[in-house]
Amino acid sequence: MRRWLLIGIPYLWLLALFLVPFLIVLKISLSDVALARPPYLPQLDLSAGWEGIKTFFAGLDFDNFVFLTTDDLYWRAYISSVQIAGLATLFTLLVGYPIAYGMAMAPDHWRPTLMLLVILPFWTSFLIRVYSWMGILSSEGLLNQFLLWIGLIDQPLTILNTNVAVYIGIVYTYLPFMILPIYATLEKMDGALLEAAEDLGCSRLTAFWLITIPLSKQGIIAGCFLVFIPTIGEFVIPSLLGGSGTLMIGKILWEEFFNNRDWPVASAVAVVLLLILIVPIILFQRNEQKQREREG
Amino acid sequence: MRRFTWFNATALTLGFAFLYLPMIILITYSFNESKLVTVWAGFSTKWYGELLGNESFLDAAWVTVQVAVVSSTIATVLGTMAALVLVRAGRFAGRTLFSGMIYAPLVMPEVITGLSLLLLFIGIGLDRGILTIILAHTTFSMCFVSVVVSSRLVSFDRSLEEAALDLGCTPFHAFRLVTLPIIAPAVISGWLLAFTLSLDDLVIASFTAGPSATTLPIKIFSAVRLGVSPEINALSTIMIAIVTVGVVAASLISKRASLAQQRDTQAAARAA
Amino acid sequence: MAPTVFSPWDDPEEKPLIQFTGVTKRFGEFTAIDNLSQDIYAREFFALLGPSGCGKTTMMRMLAGFETPSEGQILIGGQDMAGIPPNKRPVNMMFQSYALFPHLSVWENIAFGLKREGTAKDQIEVRVSEMLRLTRLDRFAKRKPHQISGGQRQRVALARSLAKAPKLLLLDEPLGALDAKLREETQFELMDIQEKTGTTFVIVTHDQEEAMTVASRVAVMDEGRIMQVATPAVIYEQPSSVYVADFIGDVNIIEGAANPGDDGYDITWAEGQPKLHVKTEKSFAPGQKCFLAMRPEKVVISAEEPADAPNRVQGQIIDIAYLGNLSTYHVQLADGTMMKAQIANTRRLSRRSLTWEDRVWLSWTDTAPVLLEG
Repeated sequence: MRRWLLIGIPYLWLLALFLVPFLIVLKISLSDVALARPPYLPQLDLSAGWEGIKTFFAGLDFDNFVFLTTDDLYWRAYISSVQIAGLATLFTLLVGYPIAYGMAMAPDHWRPTLMLLVILPFWTSFLIRVYSWMGILSSEGLLNQFLLWIGLIDQPLTILNTNVAVYIGIVYTYLPFMILPIYATLEKMDGALLEAAEDLGCSRLTAFWLITIPLSKQGIIAGCFLVFIPTIGEFVIPSLLGGSGTLMIGKILWEEFFNNRDWPVASAVAVVLLLILIVPIILFQRNEQKQREREG
Repeated sequence: MRRFTWFNATALTLGFAFLYLPMIILITYSFNESKLVTVWAGFSTKWYGELLGNESFLDAAWVTVQVAVVSSTIATVLGTMAALVLVRAGRFAGRTLFSGMIYAPLVMPEVITGLSLLLLFIGIGLDRGILTIILAHTTFSMCFVSVVVSSRLVSFDRSLEEAALDLGCTPFHAFRLVTLPIIAPAVISGWLLAFTLSLDDLVIASFTAGPSATTLPIKIFSAVRLGVSPEINALSTIMIAIVTVGVVAASLISKRASLAQQRDTQAAARAA
Repeated sequence: MAPTVFSPWDDPEEKPLIQFTGVTKRFGEFTAIDNLSQDIYAREFFALLGPSGCGKTTMMRMLAGFETPSEGQILIGGQDMAGIPPNKRPVNMMFQSYALFPHLSVWENIAFGLKREGTAKDQIEVRVSEMLRLTRLDRFAKRKPHQISGGQRQRVALARSLAKAPKLLLLDEPLGALDAKLREETQFELMDIQEKTGTTFVIVTHDQEEAMTVASRVAVMDEGRIMQVATPAVIYEQPSSVYVADFIGDVNIIEGAANPGDDGYDITWAEGQPKLHVKTEKSFAPGQKCFLAMRPEKVVISAEEPADAPNRVQGQIIDIAYLGNLSTYHVQLADGTMMKAQIANTRRLSRRSLTWEDRVWLSWTDTAPVLLEG
């Protein structure tokens, strides 16, 4: 009895507030936009019994999905989301790896402090962290002032409201997600392995390539997924730092829903976004599973 | 044994400069006299004064705190239950679906979570306001809580519970007297995580909030969309300060506790 | 046998405290306990001994109520335990990990069970201080488990499980986490406490020396079955099977065929080797396959051929293991068989004459080995 209460309460909560809403999205993505309240058709009329259900299903179609393929705005947005997320993940890795490495190699008594310094931004508001770059990257911003002052440029650069600003924003906000898993694998690494490699004739650099990098592979993979997956659907960064040319699907979905009030198309955009995300999510799950099995 | 090489020291210095400079700049400019956020015109705290005089910000902050406290508390209860189910309940019909529903919200784009919940609330005719934000936040943060708590439960020594049963506890008492006090740190961090997630959330709140209730992130977002504003700098500074004090204090407390524990253990080992 | 010797298992009038009848426990496909029946008597110190995975822990957990038998019945004090949860059983357990509650002090740990019982406050005080005295923990009552040493933790676990004065105390590898020296001291302490409290102890261990030291009876287990139950001396001197002989201590096993001879059996065992003569009460058919099990310390090693030994074989010393108080000689016989002979080192090293590659004689009496069926 108690066992069923324990299972039942969170189960019902998730069914009602996670699964059912998602099924509603799926259903609305198959409906047609209408000038009604709510603004789509068909509506399920259960009072009409079996006939009602039949007409309801007859009214569903894949028109919205067909529409997504015909208007090149959407598929360009999907492709550019994946592109931006992929490139940004690469940049985050390049910035994050040396930091994680430096932390793992730091003296023992320093590590808790360094760890704290990485975690602190994670607890700080995401919105504020993104916003903090707006003042820096604007054309009169500090970065341009600095570059003008050292004489590297003689004309302010336009960075804010471009994809460059989006990349900076993603690297900045998602950096802890990259650092932490890599640090976790590097920290476990036995220092004697590098000494053994050098003893066997490796230079420092080859030892790094042949020992450190392969041993931190799991952390690199985990970190990349942790950055890549949420970045695809990102909304705040492209809408604050990106420009009109920045096509990201999270932003499109938002605009479709709030500005155009086209619920069926917004729902269809969401369904396709999820389908795109399923592949990296499954790969990520597999990777985690493998790691758990390896660690027994 | 391990020490800083010039490469590591450089990597760490540059890395942390990158992480912290933007926030330091933001904080500095919150004390700027000028309305122009890019020109330094002298020290002033006037933006803090204006912020505190701005009722709509204060209202939004109050709504945000209410939502965060209520949703993180419910999420902690539900998430701890879910963690117990994941780690302890063994096999039951629908287990795969259950764990899927726990893990899916962690990777679900916020726009989709927000959209789907909004469509649900409209579908069942629930007016959007504080209640709907709380429901939405509880749902996604309970999943984070359950991940945090279940990772602690996995390493929990089951024989402690068995010992409690053996000494005459009912299963419920064993949980209350033994399990809960021991996993309390994980439950508390789960609550803090849920609280922060709720405090931070813009996207889901934007979908589920109605005209009657606006949260602080929504307020900030609509203000900064138009550009940088010194008032928002001041607000950000306050929020950063609260978080910093909180996190540093928490880590100092836990560090002292673990040091004390280490010392005691060593003393006990020597005494033996 | 003298009447003062504690041996309720030999008394047909005695009622057992614990009765396993036809108990089987399966975990999915795996059979942990295979149709096992066994009686354990009050005030016994009963040891379940076996390698890991032999089912000894499962037996103990069924007594505590953490596992339920798939088949069969377990009675404690004549009462069927089926359906009785752990918290309602007159049984307490000392866990291998000790399972001390880390958030409670030593005092609170010991008082835990009494509080659950609803014992009056002053009685709890009395009982806990009694337990603290018994286990010499008075000074540590206010400490938390992480503030005391491993040996002290072990005693807290013991005190906690004894506080409710259970009829039966289960000990799961109670000394496994202690170092060798402390373990020896604690074994005697355990026996002392068992005697003082008069509680029935059932102990699970994989350490044969520990089982032999503490137990009134030892059950040697393998693959879910009990191979032999007897006093430590009988287990060692008269093992009932090759498995038991091999599991307990060091042993030489020689396979052969039994032929009835005068006053015992003559064993033919290898081409070109003399027959071995053994006295036994068991009977074997002529030519029946048998195993001769003999402890190394019962084998005499000498440079000269012993004149009047009923059994003697010749071989060459291959290896000598010097253990301080004892030396074990590994001797290879002409047919390649390896035998071990053990000698107490009563003399100084320099005075002993046998060394590597020496040709030596091994000899033993006709009652030294045990003859076992295949």
